[in-house]
Amino acid sequence: MQSQKYVLPLLLLFIGVIILVFLNISLGSVNIPFKDVFASIFNLEVSKETWRYIVVEYRLPKAITAIITGSGLAISGLLMQTLFRNPLAGPYVLGLSSGASLGVAIVIMGASVFGGAFAGILLSKWSLVIASSLGSLLVLIAVMLASLRLRDTMAILIIGLMFASLTAAVVSVLSYFSPAAQLQQYVFWSFGSLGDLSWNEVGILAMFWFVGIILAISCIKNLNTLLLGEQYAKSLGVSIQKNRLIIIIATSLLAGSITAFAGPIAFVGLAVPHLIRQIIPVNNHSILVPAVILGGAALMLICDIAAQMPGQEYTLPINAITSLIGAPVVIWLLVRKRKFLF
Amino acid sequence: MNQPKKHSILKTIGLDIGYSNKTEKTIITEAINIEVHEGELVAVIGVNGVGKSTFLRTLSGVQDALEGKVLVKNEQIQQIGSLELASLVSLVLTEQPISKNLSVFELVALGRQPYTNWIGRLSKTDLRQIKKSLQNVGIEDLQNKKCYELSDGQLQKVLIARAIAQNTPLVILDEPTTHLDLYHKAYVLKLLKKLTRKTNKAIVFASHEINLAIQLCDKIILMQNNSVTTGSPKELLESGAFATVFPEGLIVFDKASASFKINP
Repeated sequence: MQSQKYVLPLLLLFIGVIILVFLNISLGSVNIPFKDVFASIFNLEVSKETWRYIVVEYRLPKAITAIITGSGLAISGLLMQTLFRNPLAGPYVLGLSSGASLGVAIVIMGASVFGGAFAGILLSKWSLVIASSLGSLLVLIAVMLASLRLRDTMAILIIGLMFASLTAAVVSVLSYFSPAAQLQQYVFWSFGSLGDLSWNEVGILAMFWFVGIILAISCIKNLNTLLLGEQYAKSLGVSIQKNRLIIIIATSLLAGSITAFAGPIAFVGLAVPHLIRQIIPVNNHSILVPAVILGGAALMLICDIAAQMPGQEYTLPINAITSLIGAPVVIWLLVRKRKFLF
Repeated sequence: MNQPKKHSILKTIGLDIGYSNKTEKTIITEAINIEVHEGELVAVIGVNGVGKSTFLRTLSGVQDALEGKVLVKNEQIQQIGSLELASLVSLVLTEQPISKNLSVFELVALGRQPYTNWIGRLSKTDLRQIKKSLQNVGIEDLQNKKCYELSDGQLQKVLIARAIAQNTPLVILDEPTTHLDLYHKAYVLKLLKKLTRKTNKAIVFASHEINLAIQLCDKIILMQNNSVTTGSPKELLESGAFATVFPEGLIVFDKASASFKINP
């Protein structure tokens, strides 16, 4: 069948991701020889015990977080674009990230505003994840309800943007009243970061990611049907309501949990599906879904390598790097091909 | 009169169509009784806003009837599960947000979705059906093209091929000839006629091409303000039903040539 010819690009993408993982782990502010990096991963003799610690406790979880965030956000972007049949849709544009931000802002800053009794319970990592997922779920449901009434995809995007500015306003009010320490904690969270996660937290994130990705894969066939629009999908026996619900749950699990752990990372969700469509000109989701997963992981690994600036002490905010690297690439690809494939 | 009896594919009994919300019902047309048999090409004709699209949506189960019944193969449409309905009725719609990045083959293959497994893998039967419908519509040479490379007429044929691949006894088309030039209008309707003869499907389509429909269709459903007249073109010609399709004055029906003319 036709899908056979896309096996090679998928394989190349996969190999690319593997290479990037090794590059990502090998590069960092401390120079560790390749040999010792390998040795630490595979639990062999390492020249310096601190190197092993850096690789196993810091770089490896960071690389895995990069893979999870990149692929998760990219998939949620793809799901939104197909569900709304709109190339501009993505977790950020539709206000999902803002919803998650609002949840986190309420937990971090609201704890001090609303009084100390909750503060202890509220500030655990779990509560951040739950608040953030709930925040994005709420916004997504609101956008979805609006879309049921409106049926016009442009209006849906505008509503998403309205929700984004609404939640941003609430966050501003919260930050105005909250003490400097909490405010700083929130601002650092909003820069985005891949590196602060312990193995435990990576495990939690991976669990959410896994459920979200499985749900996305279970929708592949219906996603393809949705490429014809909802009326055709319905006439082909797809239960629109059920399908919508699954896609919404998958998206908010992915976008919500990732935003909670790694901060509101812009751009990846919107851009990766377009990048992939330019490289592999196909809209069949049984190819697009794995390609977008791999592409998202690859982009995030590259951005993370750039963010930690090998040989330097500084680490730049990942949120800035994704756009700095990704935006020119998308613009270049679109201008070069002159054809917008959607 | 030894002709075998033709099976009824679609039947309405006392059907009222229109819109309803919590507080009120807006009835567009009342008491529609029609019957369509296998192998028939049926046109739904009427002026803009008379309710053709609402009628077709009600027939295809997308919209609920206000009153009365729609029977597909003698079974009430509301009682048919969505997946089973997908194997009975296929649609060709206009102005849908279809992804133009699909290849012709992929788009036609989507017609097989009700029959494929959870991931949509095409079986040998599916591939055979797709090939057959590409052949029937005469677009085999287009199958590897992307939809954005096609002309409006070609795209219409592809959408028809998709509906044929769905392999349903009833195909419903909403204005399949809009945006097409006269040649392609005639071509598409002729193609539909050929498909009814070749595959024995019942095909119901809404159209503004009265002159073409009179020449090609087995049956015409004439929708006018709150009344529906059904019959073969010949019957309708004899009863003079066409004379009242349009408001008086501008366009008149010329019985001699069986076509509409502008009043000089």
